[in-house]
Amino acid sequence: MKTVDLAIVGAGPAGMVAASEARGHGLSVAVLDEQEAPGGQIYRAVEAVAAQAPERLALLGEDYAHGRRLAENFRVSGAEHIDRALVWQLEPNGLWYLRDEVCHELKANRILLASGAIERPVPIPGWTRPGVMTAGGVQILLKSSGVVPDGRVVLAGNGPLLYLLAAQLLAAGCRIGALVETVPYARYLEAVPHLPAALGSGYLSKGVRLLRHLRSSGTRIYRNARDLRVEGEQHAEALCFHAGGHEVRLDSDLIVLHEGVIPNQQLTRALGCVHRWDDGQKCFRPETDEWGNTSVEDVLTVGDGAGIGGALAAEHAGRLAALEVARSLGYLQTRERDRLSTSSRRQLNKLLQGRRFLEVLYAPPEERQSPPDETLVCRCEEVTAGQVRTAVRTGCTGPNQVKAFTRCGMGPCQGRMCGNTVSAIVAETQGITMEECGYYRIRPPIKPIPLAALAAAEVDCELDDVAQ
Amino acid sequence: MRSQKNYDAIVVGGGLVGSAIAYGLSRQNLSVALLDEGDLAFRASRGNFGLVWVQSKGDGMPQYAQWTRRSADLWPEFAEELNGVLGLDIGYRKPGGLAFCMSDQEFEDKQTMLERMRQTVPGGYDFQMIGRNRLKEMLPEIGGKVVGASYCPHDGHVNPLYLLRALHKAIQGQVDYSPNTTINRIERHENIFTAETVEGPVRAPKLVLAAGLGNRELAPQVGLQVPVSPLRGQILITERLKHFLDMPTIYVRQVEEGGVMMGDSHEDVGFDTSTTVDISRSIAQRAISYFPKLADANLVRTWGALRVMTPDGHPIYDQSDSHPGAYVATCHSGVTLAAVHARDLATAIARDSLPDEVGKFTAERFNV
Amino acid sequence: MFRRLSDPEKKVRMTFEGQDITAQEGESVAAALLAAGITHLRQTPVSGHPRAPYCMMGACFDCLVNIDGVSNLQACVTPVREGMSVHSQVAEKDLLHEDG
Repeated sequence: MKTVDLAIVGAGPAGMVAASEARGHGLSVAVLDEQEAPGGQIYRAVEAVAAQAPERLALLGEDYAHGRRLAENFRVSGAEHIDRALVWQLEPNGLWYLRDEVCHELKANRILLASGAIERPVPIPGWTRPGVMTAGGVQILLKSSGVVPDGRVVLAGNGPLLYLLAAQLLAAGCRIGALVETVPYARYLEAVPHLPAALGSGYLSKGVRLLRHLRSSGTRIYRNARDLRVEGEQHAEALCFHAGGHEVRLDSDLIVLHEGVIPNQQLTRALGCVHRWDDGQKCFRPETDEWGNTSVEDVLTVGDGAGIGGALAAEHAGRLAALEVARSLGYLQTRERDRLSTSSRRQLNKLLQGRRFLEVLYAPPEERQSPPDETLVCRCEEVTAGQVRTAVRTGCTGPNQVKAFTRCGMGPCQGRMCGNTVSAIVAETQGITMEECGYYRIRPPIKPIPLAALAAAEVDCELDDVAQ
Repeated sequence: MRSQKNYDAIVVGGGLVGSAIAYGLSRQNLSVALLDEGDLAFRASRGNFGLVWVQSKGDGMPQYAQWTRRSADLWPEFAEELNGVLGLDIGYRKPGGLAFCMSDQEFEDKQTMLERMRQTVPGGYDFQMIGRNRLKEMLPEIGGKVVGASYCPHDGHVNPLYLLRALHKAIQGQVDYSPNTTINRIERHENIFTAETVEGPVRAPKLVLAAGLGNRELAPQVGLQVPVSPLRGQILITERLKHFLDMPTIYVRQVEEGGVMMGDSHEDVGFDTSTTVDISRSIAQRAISYFPKLADANLVRTWGALRVMTPDGHPIYDQSDSHPGAYVATCHSGVTLAAVHARDLATAIARDSLPDEVGKFTAERFNV
Repeated sequence: MFRRLSDPEKKVRMTFEGQDITAQEGESVAAALLAAGITHLRQTPVSGHPRAPYCMMGACFDCLVNIDGVSNLQACVTPVREGMSVHSQVAEKDLLHEDG
């Protein structure tokens, strides 16, 4: 059976750049991704949009269009692109994936996990109703299909993506009823010391431009909003909250929620990589060295999945990881690796320093770590925050026992939507830190697979022609 | 965390075995400290399949067959009591259980074994052999390769996670429960045991070791030997499915919420709770051969859990001669035996006299 | 709740609960349904409450639908196909009525 030097999971910026770089040094590379085309969520459908809908490319902006070049380089790199592949089981030197209902095994000398971020869940009462979506979800509709919200649209939360989406929707001719910011006033003061670094990173000027654009469009902006909840029976009808000393109720057809992104931990957790609570980013992240090596031998992770740094940072981190893999497999001398890495290392550091300002300003509000009792925390098994608290009070020692006692996290999403909230509630109720509390143990399959496919699984390698 | 440090009894291990015994002791009006490990402890209880299973258990050790049957008889009342405590159904059902046979030879061998047990187990042994046609009437979805099954009316199943939860809730206010507690050392001085923990010493004249695999290290400190080793079981569970299987079977059962659980493998792998594709695949194949429709179900989770195995697979209950007041309880059937642990065993420990039927389970049987 | 910026160029015809829907080739089932004004995709097996696509990136599993007789498929990661028949789901999957 064929073994590749490097298997990369995820064809976003980190995965595409890592693949191109590794191929440049002669490694055999396979990249597995769930989508039909490379780009990840950030550059989703970028090739198709560029080819078929140039006006949509224009309204999505230059930062999105930048993904075209990465995809081009990746396409010609000679890396095997295994599209529509669902990686469902990982071992340090191999993985299993499902493609067209068939399970395949792939062996690799090194595995690079570049599975990116998911949006930080925003558990507020009523967030499971039709008529509530994430900002990322709405943006995907725009990118992939040119489908945009219609009617009374309310955007709520915080973070760069929310403002970017607002600008893109305005450019697409949508009306935004209101933008409801959940940034406590105190955060602005806390963020000031990080302003200088942010000024150098380019993030800030982009942000200011977006905000100015929003104001001039006449979008109503509410600040310092708290106690968010969605009202409605079969469908979301209104977003209610406190702001400026008033109770506000905004009738809405679509409520778009966003409070930043967090690493998608499913793969690194499933492999048993050590994770740490990052109190700056308010998320768990796998522990890595400066090249992306995890605590598990032969397994690396970079990009937003290793800690939120954004798309440009992911490119540089992807390049560094590829250089490190090339060195560890004998394709490069250590000195060569170090020499080739200086530029990316410098730019990566600069980008990461700039993010500190955003992390402080857009840290999720306290109320999200401690949702009201009636809030559904687990969307799949419909377990409320109150039920989780009760379980902890009756002796659950951590999130895994909460899961066992309440079924929270046992549904098809496998804890993606509730993991962070459950850890936060356990930590708060027990008076311990997030680090002490820990997280769900993630079990294979990483996504549900048909039993028939598992029963028919064969040891196999699907690479026809990996260039050497 | 603990309001007092001196108790009538210390129970080490907050899994199904320890929790059932702590619950039973508290019902005997003993003050109990239950010392448990953390969230990620190698907890056999969490990997449990959820069978309250009598059939085929105790071939070669009639006392075990009787003990198991005794527990199955106690279960309905025990479950009732726990349902009341929890305020929700722990899912105990006793429709009888099936073990499928995939060949005529297997069918015959099973029949021979069960006949033998019927003759050797005092008080008799209930079972029926069910041929293909009758099986198909009972279970229209049964696969074409299944030639028959053995049936035992005393078998049942329960949600093992709710069972543990109910036990923990039942002891609330009665038992001092300390999670995240690792025991550094156990000493006995003037008839009082002291368990040294990070949070300080805990004292009692009675000590019950129910720490599963942890008993191996703890027992020698009170003059007992517990030769247990980890045996990995692997379990698969599907998405929620509309109910089609009410009866538990030895490898497949549909849980109350609709998921179908499939198990289990026997691999001797040491302390590793990861899962392997080889084993999952063979479990999936077997489940589909029993119920072909399962091929269309999605698998949502697999997990490996460590079972606590003794050299002969039967439980160990022992009391220490050198350290009177110290007991061990170890078994791999924490669900099936929960009722008898909470009743007979706990009562005996409270009275400081293990009855004769329990005496046979001493670890000394391995030193012959 | 949603509209298309422009009419589909490469059209794919499919149905939802028997109703004809025109989708754009290459897009997901979830996008096609939302663009067609369909916002309730299923009722949950636990409480029976309605759900709709939420994350659109395969993470939340709220957009589960029955496609050509196979249920519990994620509409947001399944591309549209000509002639596809999509149905909403009520409660849990019924193995006895799967065509998969």
